[in-house]
Amino acid sequence: MEGKNRGDYMISFDFDYYKPNTIDEAIEIYKYLSLEGKTAIYYSGGTEIISQARIDKIRFDAAIDIKHIPECNIHGFQDDKLFIGSAVTLTKISDYYLFPLLSEICKKTADHTARNKITIGGNICGKVPYKEAILPFLLSDSYVVIAGVGGKKAVPIAQIFGEEPQLRSKPRLNAGEFIIQIITERDYTMLPYINIKKAKQGKVDYPLVTIASIEKDKQIRIAFSGICPFPFRSAEIEKDLNNDSVAPNERINAIISHLTAPIINDILGSSKYREFVLRNALGEVLFKFRGENNA
Amino acid sequence: MLEIKGKNIIDINVNGTIKSVVVRPADTLLYVLREQLGLTGAKNSCENGDCGGCTVLVDDMPIKSCHMLAVEAIGHNITTIEGLKNEPIQNAFVEKFAIQCGFCTPGMIMNCYALTKKYPHATDEIIEEWMESNICRCTGYQEILEAIKSVSS
Repeated sequence: MEGKNRGDYMISFDFDYYKPNTIDEAIEIYKYLSLEGKTAIYYSGGTEIISQARIDKIRFDAAIDIKHIPECNIHGFQDDKLFIGSAVTLTKISDYYLFPLLSEICKKTADHTARNKITIGGNICGKVPYKEAILPFLLSDSYVVIAGVGGKKAVPIAQIFGEEPQLRSKPRLNAGEFIIQIITERDYTMLPYINIKKAKQGKVDYPLVTIASIEKDKQIRIAFSGICPFPFRSAEIEKDLNNDSVAPNERINAIISHLTAPIINDILGSSKYREFVLRNALGEVLFKFRGENNA
Repeated sequence: MLEIKGKNIIDINVNGTIKSVVVRPADTLLYVLREQLGLTGAKNSCENGDCGGCTVLVDDMPIKSCHMLAVEAIGHNITTIEGLKNEPIQNAFVEKFAIQCGFCTPGMIMNCYALTKKYPHATDEIIEEWMESNICRCTGYQEILEAIKSVSS
């Protein structure tokens, strides 16, 4: 096996680097590069981009680093809304605990040192299918603020990460658009919740099953990662889960039958094993919110 | 707006000294530290952010230098293992025999150093959370844990 040679580059292709200080600068440089026929990407934590570039899975002509744009670094409450900038790191979100469910999920994503670099925007927009940090936002009907050539707009998160299969694996953003912030009503951040992450081994691993669940107005909301090749929340599944007229086991059977994509079957876990883990996790959710035992 | 096109000379602050280096924007901080500055303490191992062997401090925060572009380091203070001298955590690694082959040791020490600075009395939970970022192929974790605790207590 050939070893690495002194001087080998990690990333074999060249690109230009831009660090705008404002949203307008970011958009303008994107427009300029597009007119020049160049492929530009928005860059935040960059961990996934560097990994993918290293193995030549992505190529681009320019990286536009949005970490220094003030709006992308906001992290706090304003007028009963929680604003989280897309360049805020997972470490900061887990340390500050402004949205406990989100903080706990961030704390279980990757490892501590990696979380010092991974940003919330990168986690939810990346190519890795798990995107666990998106689950609390799906449950909370959060809004995503997007900047683009046409200006800024706030859209419900379900519009860009919705139930339709084509929206699930990657955010529906137009060319040149990037996420600035995610906005969540304060009330949602204080609701009772449960977060379950089951991995094959250890704590630092991709999930076999991750579940985030809250209870609002006596109705359980639930979102999943690790089951199907995308994170999702499903109205049909929530209807099954809240159908108190049938026994817990039947509810869980209904949920399994309503998964709209096949359960992942890979080296981390067979689909049968993931289903087994999912069933137990759903039992934990029902026990937490309803005190029901599915045994 | 900062623009860096093609190979350029940039200044980065490494171990308290401003260093001028010639970089491509695609060069990782790990590559520049090792190949341009000769600071080989940060190890080139998985190159994928998994092992922690390349851990350095960026403004006192542990970061995997394989997952950071050198151009991102502009304006930040980088500390490598070569920048630590006679720190209690280094001595603790010696005293507790927290070294076997030694390959992971620089990355381990950088993470432990940041941990003990931020949390002088770290709980087991915090130690475990932080140290999950570094892998020791020799599996000498118990001695590493003892080294951290000897500094923390």
